[in-house]
Amino acid sequence: MIITFICRAILLGVPLLFGSVGEIITEKSGHLNLGIPGVMYVGAISGVIGSFMYENACGNDIAAMNPFLSVCIPLLCSIIGSVLMGLIYSFFTVTLRANQNVTGLALTTFGIGLGNFFGGSLIKLVDSDMPSIALTKTSNFFTTKLPFADDLGAVGEILFSHDFLTYVAIAIAIIATFVLKRTRVGLNLRAVGENPATADAAGINVTRYKYVATMIGSAVAGLGGLQYVFAYANGVWSNNAFGDRGWMAIALVIFALWNPSLAIAGSFLFGALCNANNYIQGLGTETQELFKMLPYVVTIIVLVFTSMRKKREHQPPESLGLSYFREER
Amino acid sequence: MGKPVAIELKNITKTFGQKVIANKDVNLIAYKGEILSILGENGSGKTTLMNMISGIYFPDEGQIFVEGQEAVIASPKDAFGYGIGMIHQHFKLVNVFTAAENIVLGVNDGRYNLKKSKAKIKEICDKYGFNIDLDKKIYTMSVSEKQTVEIIKVLYRGADILILDEPTAVLTPQETDKLFDILRNMREDGKSIIIITHKLNEVMEISDRVAVLRKGENVGVVNTCEVNPSKLTELMVGDKVELNINRTEPKNVADRLVVNGITCYSRDGVKLLDNVSFTAKAGEILGIAGIAGSGQRELLESVAGLQKLQSGEILYHNPKTGSIENLRDKTPMQIRNLGVRLSFVPEDRLGMGLVGNMDIVDNMMLRSYRKGKGMFLRRQKPKNLANDIVDRLQVVTPSVSTPVRRLSGGNVQKVLVGREIASSPKVLMVAYPVRGLDINSSYTIFNLLNEQKEKGAAVIFVGEDLDALLELSDRIMVIGSGRITGTVDARTATKEEIGLLMTKSEREREGDNND
Amino acid sequence: MTDTKKAKHHREPWVHIVKRDDLPWWKAWLIRISAIVIAILLVGVISTLLTKVSFLEVYEVMIKGVFGRLFEGGSTTMLWKFLQETAILLCLALAVTPAFKMRFWNCGAEGQALMGGLASMICMIELGDKLPYPVLLGVIFLTSMLAGALWGVIPAIFKAQYNTNETLFTLMMNYVATQIIKYYVYIEGGGSNTIQPVAAGNLPIIGDNRYLLNVIIVAVLTVGLFIYQKYSKQGYEISVVGESQNTAKYVGINVKKVIIRTMIISGAICGIAGMLLVAGTDHSINTNTVGGQGFTAIMVSWLGQFNPFIMVLMSGLVVFLRMGAGKVADTCALNASFADIAVGIVILFVVGCEFFIRYSVKFKHSNKEVKA
Repeated sequence: MIITFICRAILLGVPLLFGSVGEIITEKSGHLNLGIPGVMYVGAISGVIGSFMYENACGNDIAAMNPFLSVCIPLLCSIIGSVLMGLIYSFFTVTLRANQNVTGLALTTFGIGLGNFFGGSLIKLVDSDMPSIALTKTSNFFTTKLPFADDLGAVGEILFSHDFLTYVAIAIAIIATFVLKRTRVGLNLRAVGENPATADAAGINVTRYKYVATMIGSAVAGLGGLQYVFAYANGVWSNNAFGDRGWMAIALVIFALWNPSLAIAGSFLFGALCNANNYIQGLGTETQELFKMLPYVVTIIVLVFTSMRKKREHQPPESLGLSYFREER
Repeated sequence: MGKPVAIELKNITKTFGQKVIANKDVNLIAYKGEILSILGENGSGKTTLMNMISGIYFPDEGQIFVEGQEAVIASPKDAFGYGIGMIHQHFKLVNVFTAAENIVLGVNDGRYNLKKSKAKIKEICDKYGFNIDLDKKIYTMSVSEKQTVEIIKVLYRGADILILDEPTAVLTPQETDKLFDILRNMREDGKSIIIITHKLNEVMEISDRVAVLRKGENVGVVNTCEVNPSKLTELMVGDKVELNINRTEPKNVADRLVVNGITCYSRDGVKLLDNVSFTAKAGEILGIAGIAGSGQRELLESVAGLQKLQSGEILYHNPKTGSIENLRDKTPMQIRNLGVRLSFVPEDRLGMGLVGNMDIVDNMMLRSYRKGKGMFLRRQKPKNLANDIVDRLQVVTPSVSTPVRRLSGGNVQKVLVGREIASSPKVLMVAYPVRGLDINSSYTIFNLLNEQKEKGAAVIFVGEDLDALLELSDRIMVIGSGRITGTVDARTATKEEIGLLMTKSEREREGDNND
Repeated sequence: MTDTKKAKHHREPWVHIVKRDDLPWWKAWLIRISAIVIAILLVGVISTLLTKVSFLEVYEVMIKGVFGRLFEGGSTTMLWKFLQETAILLCLALAVTPAFKMRFWNCGAEGQALMGGLASMICMIELGDKLPYPVLLGVIFLTSMLAGALWGVIPAIFKAQYNTNETLFTLMMNYVATQIIKYYVYIEGGGSNTIQPVAAGNLPIIGDNRYLLNVIIVAVLTVGLFIYQKYSKQGYEISVVGESQNTAKYVGINVKKVIIRTMIISGAICGIAGMLLVAGTDHSINTNTVGGQGFTAIMVSWLGQFNPFIMVLMSGLVVFLRMGAGKVADTCALNASFADIAVGIVILFVVGCEFFIRYSVKFKHSNKEVKA
């Protein structure tokens, strides 16, 4: 049972991991993107649309579907969708210097609206009895396990039994950490988020960094939506099913102290916290609901604790939330 | 001088707006392998001139030649391209980065490899004698370490012409010595170093030549070995200008504010005020002269209840009751509730004295809005006051409901001073009240200060223009590096005398070190 | 390093953005209104493209969707629905406004309103048959405000004391509140996720209009907040703290106290909104009672420039779009989320248009001017 618990925690954690790594990348450029929940919806629905069209093109016949295309088409659609959302966000907050919180919230309204709109439209299109759309065939390709996973017992199950996007998420988190800490691009990006005026004076193209970081961040976050639909929900989209995971991803950013690698552990912990209620004996449903607030409470505690200790490395980027205008020195 | 020319300025002029001429027709040459000091009072255009070389500003007129070639410098990046680097007074560093990360930031030299870069930085450090921990984070550094990082940053970019803006303002004497050793090493290496300063002793100590700026003009370039401090002071301050301010003899002089041995530190532990004692008397204007940033602001804020003090006391002699109140460790509210009639015109007018986005009426209320019972504001009196000030001080504004941010500098100051004197203060503190103001507005302000003096207020006037200080004040107290270095009678003192006092503390301290 | 010495010619960008002096208010509003009009036209175009209903018809459907057949002498039911929804959104927007004016990003209206609603619900259930009706109403009113204020003041205390990031803190508080509601609903609902409407402790119905009292309460709040912000000493302190903490300290304002006090007010008004929803409208509670309006309210407050009367118009606009676009979706067999998309577009346009009020864009014709 403990193994299922761990696997389940990981499965629940991966969308959060994508979301928070995406948000970290964005925040490192000094932009608090509260549109991430919307971006994740768009990432999910774009993938669903891609997959839906491909399944239909193949006549809904799994034999006719090319495994590579079945994965790549939704993946690509998802990325395109989320990058466009990131582009909207950066156009408003970087170029137009609009208030980041308001823009982000508007984008979340917009994105969730888009997700549910297209989701609802597809559901109607297939005329299903259920208020959902099932793309289980595509999902099969997404959740294909490593062939040797089952042969390795418990260890194999915990380490190798996941869908490939789980590994992608971990890889992205590790790569993001590496890029942020060990490369010039990362150094420049962090400088932009900490002190854009200094970065500007050092000859770094602040605008470009902000745009690119926001769009890459959105792409990564969008994959979280995709993973949720095709791995967690086995290809079943129903409106609003994704829920508040986007906000939890933002919480995770604080919990991980803006470090993508810490977000890996954090996401699994959050996944476990969300899920622990099912595995603790004798817990009534009502107590389970209280249990589910744990990720948020933990996040608040971390937030308070870091602000009390004032350790500089654990603070949000210094100019997070502020627009940069060169002539305003 | 046989040395090759590093940079040459020809007929540089820069104006801000229509009125303020920051630099006028300046010609200047800096040679390779020399240290050139730019000497001048506050506001003499030193920094503006250097900012044009380093790409912050672009000159209105004139040309810049680097190694004989005409150079167009429109951004700091361009300046680096010409091998020019400037170390500003306000450091441009990323706080959470290490020294090394800050140094390499934005430099594209092949694959990113901090180890290799560090080796290169180490080379620079060894060459010139810097001593710094490259892995230390900026926010844990002292000011002097941060400065070191800025200098290395500039050298790492291959600068051959280094400009340092008041580099010693924030340093201890020991740190200053170390910096000077490094500067000398760089000179030996053939770099051209320009330091902006107003400290005579440093000019004498470090530089090969001195260029003196006064009111934006280059009034003379001399070889350091051929001059003495008093000759330089003369050049710097110029002849005394008669301002024709009507100064009356103090009447009914009495102690009003007695400050005894106050000391305070900055958050970084730097001593800002060092055992400062003085008395401000009713019916006279006490001028405070000193180099900018010598503790004037902290001094006034201490009295106003905005600065935490480590020691000392601030005694207010209440003329009404005859009682004596200690204002130390009291908040502005508590001070007011004690019945202390204290007004304060701070240096930062729109960031502290006024709220830029509020209109004149609402700004009038800042001090008095709590008056009256109940939870609602009474705008009638402030409105009358606003109208009164606008009329009496001839504030140019569309109406009293115009946000003060939209007024010109002089009018903003009239509003602020008008409000502060409206409560008929017993102590009136003003910091740089005529900075950036035109002549007419300046006179309006000076007259207001005189008026308050005649009404029996103790006026404390922090100024930078020695002419104005000498004409307006009754006594002038000189502050240097947080200490009082002397008090003179303004009716008899000369500018040179004050100029020497302004730099005295530095030399004294250096003397201390040599013991 | 000799190669870097070569003079790189400064390439001028083809556009140059400069900060504007203040625009006259009518010009600023012209820009804002144009943005709204363009956004509404865009929504119309999208609707037309999606539904093949003609462009003008879309607006007809929208107006009918919001006001029903009011203009043809029909019933006022739809109008009241519109007013009720506007009132609730406005109430939440009013709540966050004093905090925003102080530059405190209260993103927790959702949670604060939920807690207020929860307090109402508990009073209705637990005290419904124990207290006389007027007393019960008073208790409901007070506890709701207290609950909302409590939820708002916690982040404020930490902000005042440790400068804890309030945006993130208040956001998290929303979800803690949501889970508490889930917990409570489960207990009270006997294991289901709904609570049957409770008859006790409902706000009185004035005349035959069940929403009239809600509208009146919010109208009073609107005027009250306007007066509070503009004419009270506390409102004045909020403005000073928001504009410049330095000035506030200079004139002796206790900044921490103002932060905490203002968030108590902000939270309490959210609590009232929760009460209006629970005791005044639904007579029940679930996690969706506030329905994300706490976030929409943030945008309304911002769009309304923190002026309660402009916020009336803005919340009306948002609700009009939400209901109107919802009706378009309904009539043309589109998904109901079309309304969210419409609201999102309009808000983005209005937020974006502020740029043209604050900055002006200059296109370079000559290469004479150099950045100084």
